Order: sequence, then C-alpha cells, then structure tokens
Amino acid sequence: MIKLTHVSKEYPKRGHALRDVSFQLGKGEFAFLTGHSGSGKSTTMRLIHMADRPSDGEVRVSGFSSARLTKRDLWKMRRRVGMVFQDFRLLPGRTALENVSFALEVTGTPKKAIQTRAGRLLTQVGLGTKSGALVEELSGGERQRVAIARALVNDPYVLLADEPTGNLDDRATRGIMELFWDLNAKGMAVLMATHDLELIRRYPQVRLFELDQGQLVLDSGATDSEPA
Amino acid sequence: MYVIREAVAAFRRAPVLMGLSAGMVGLALFVVGLFSLATYNLQVALSAMEERVEVVVYLRDDARQTEIDTLLVELAAFPEVSRVNYVSKRDALERAQRELPEFGQLFIESEVNPLPQSLEVELRPGNRTPDVVDRVAGAASNYPFVEDALYGEEWVDRLFALRRIGFASTAVLGVAFAMVAALIIGTALRIAILARRDEIYIMRLVGARDSFIRRPFLLEGALAGLAGGVLAVGLTYGTYRGVSTYLFDVEWIPEGWIGIGLLTGALFGAMSSAAAIRRHLKEV
Repeated sequence: MIKLTHVSKEYPKRGHALRDVSFQLGKGEFAFLTGHSGSGKSTTMRLIHMADRPSDGEVRVSGFSSARLTKRDLWKMRRRVGMVFQDFRLLPGRTALENVSFALEVTGTPKKAIQTRAGRLLTQVGLGTKSGALVEELSGGERQRVAIARALVNDPYVLLADEPTGNLDDRATRGIMELFWDLNAKGMAVLMATHDLELIRRYPQVRLFELDQGQLVLDSGATDSEPA
Repeated sequence: MYVIREAVAAFRRAPVLMGLSAGMVGLALFVVGLFSLATYNLQVALSAMEERVEVVVYLRDDARQTEIDTLLVELAAFPEVSRVNYVSKRDALERAQRELPEFGQLFIESEVNPLPQSLEVELRPGNRTPDVVDRVAGAASNYPFVEDALYGEEWVDRLFALRRIGFASTAVLGVAFAMVAALIIGTALRIAILARRDEIYIMRLVGARDSFIRRPFLLEGALAGLAGGVLAVGLTYGTYRGVSTYLFDVEWIPEGWIGIGLLTGALFGAMSSAAAIRRHLKEV
C-alpha cells in the first residue's frame, strides 16, 4: 500500500530532511508517524502524497512509484490517496456541502450525483445536519470532518492525515479519531502524522513510526526483514 | 459547461478583483489603442502625401505629336505606371489661371503662352518610391524633345526618409507598448489567480486533471482580456471623438484593427492565465 525504500530527501538550503528511511504500511493498517518538529514528518507525508519527490530511494503508494510517476499522471495516484491537514484547507465562504461538492465536481462526478453523494459523505462523517452551514460557522472539529468527507470523494485506499488534531480540543480530537477508526475498520489504511504523545499513548495498539532528525528510529510493527 | 460556469462564477465571487483585472487590462490596451490611432493617422497622412508623388515630363514646343505619342506609349508600358496624361500648352495655361489666380492678369496680358506642354505620369500605389520615379524620369529624359523630367527629388527623398522613420518607430514603440501591456495583463491576472490558489490547491489535492484545472482559468483570463479590450476600445473611441471635436481632424482606426485588438486582448488574457496557472500547478 505504502512503501518507502531507502528514501532520502535533501533541500538545497535546509540540507537533509530525511535520511535513508524505509518502512511500509499494508492494506487496512493504521499507523502514527511521530517525531519532534523538524524530524521529517511533514516531508514524509509530502513524499507519500507525491507533492515532492525523494532525492534518493523510492516511494510506492498504491502501485504508483515516485521513480516513474509523471506529473501528468499524478491525478491518478491522488484519487487513491485522501489527505487531510491540520489547517483543514477548506474553501472559505462556501458551505460544507459546497466544499465536498466542489471536490466531487472537479474529479468528474456526474452533476446529478454530486448533491446526493456529497450529502452522503457528510452524513458518514457525522455532519448530515450541518451540510448547509458555511465553514466559518463550523467548529474546528466539524471543519476537520468536512475536510475528511472531502478526502473521501474518490473512495481512497489510503488516508494521510498531517497533524489532523493539532488545532482541536480533546473532545473534537476523540471524535476525529473515532472517525478514523471507522474508516480503518472498513479497510482503509490510515497514516496519521502527529507530535501529540498523549494521543499516541491513548492508542497503544496503533503501529508507530518515529522519526528523529530525518531518520526512522522506531517502527513498533517492524519485522526483522527490510522492506523489499 | 463546468468551465463556463466556473469562469463566470469567478467574476461573481470576486467582482472587485476581476473588475480591477479587467480595468488594468483595459488601461494597458488603451495605451496600445492610442498608439494604434496615432500610427493609423500617420499612415493616412503619409499615404495622402505619397499620392501626390508623380513624374512631370516637360516637352519642348517643337516636339511633334508622333514623338509625343511614342513617349506616352513607352511611359505607359512601365508596370509601375498607372496613367499618363498629356497636358497641352493651352491646358497648362487654363490650369495656371484657375489654380494661381494671383497671376491671372499676367497670363491674360502675355501675348505668348509661356507654359510648356507636358506629360503627367501617375504611378501605381506602392510604386511611388524614389528609385521608380528616378527610373521613369530617366527614361523620359533620353528623348531629345524632352526639356526636363521632374518629380521633386528632394521632397520624395524626404517623404521616404520620414516613412522609414515612421515605420521604425512604429515597430519599436509598438513592440514596447505590447510588452508593457502583456506585463500588466499578466500581473493583473496573476493577482486574480493568486486569490483562487486555494481552489487550485484543492483541485490538485483531490486528483483533478491539470487540463481540467487549467480550462476555467484560461477562459477567465480570456474573458478578462476581452472585457479589458472592450474597455480599451471605448476609451480610445472617446479620445478620438475628443480630439476630432476640439483639436483637429483624425480618422478612426479600421474595424479590422479593433477586431485584432480584441482578439489580442483575449489571447493575452488566456496566455497570461496559462503562465500563472502553470506555476500554481507545480506547487501541490
């Protein structure tokens, strides 16, 4: 599903953000990616989302390889991988329904099906009654649910979440985590980057990847053999 | 359908920004419009002056009619010559009395007609150049019964020097104005696209195809360019009316130029949008 093989990333001014990182996440797995600020979490997420390419090594996501995927075909990979962020990245001045509908429309969903499908996705994330609310009228947790609904428009195999609870209070965080569990229970792989150790401790059963200064220092579910 | 709806929606969502973009495009193209107006009128003035370029072959009084006819046929055979008119001594006198009334009495009192008979050689448009008039005049001068063949050599040379300067300055200034307009249009549309970078980001995030993302922005740019073009035509027309009414007569630019201007505005708009969107497409 996700496989990083000896991945390094070097930026011209910053130097090495990642050094020889290898791990894999199988179908239907749930994992946290943690580490201090600057440890390389966001770089890893960007590489998995193919927003950036590794300086060395290979990233494979759902059959797409960073070594071979052209920018022209990037959209194909993006439709298999949903992504949410700490700052939600919703379109201001539009309702929850319009935000989800926009994603459906630009990915080619037939016009007649858009409203129904957007409504169903919002219901799935627990926002069925607030679909007509402007995003500015929603709480942080509700906004993140809209962002998750948007990430689900293509029925992705993997959900990447970059500090999705970073701006949320404890109650909203629990709600988002429950939602992730539901999605994971339906077979979706979830990789969640977070620096919230309290949150990680709360879910000891979740596989954990830890980065430190760009290197993978812990893989709680790692096997002895190196990823092929 | 989505493309048109999104392009129109852009104007509806941010009317001030899109209005400003169209306004900036309009002002940039207005400068080009003013330049076109000046260029066209310069061209008209030079063409009018050029139409007066002709060769006049003065004939001796003792030239026989058969000789004159031979010369007339030879001059008319030049491909650059459109017409050769014979002006008799009597015709020349009548014309002088009509066109130079201040000397009218002098012509009446004179017992002898002092004016020579002549051949007026008119040239086809595009052939009123110094080398052609020189060649035609040279051919006529070879005949012994030709007194002189004149075409205002110095005047023609100056006219063509002026024409060359006009052409060079038109080309240089035209390119410069077009580049400035392109830069302004590019900047205006880049600002408009910058305001919608969130949408582009999300489209890329969820897997919209690049061509799908690009299309509404291209149309939006073309519409802003077209709106700016219409504004520029309006402003240029206002200036033309003002100058014609209060300063001096000028001619309005041909409709074809306006069409080209509007198309150029739309094309600039689409191209600027394409350039701006390309940068955003690299970001996610």
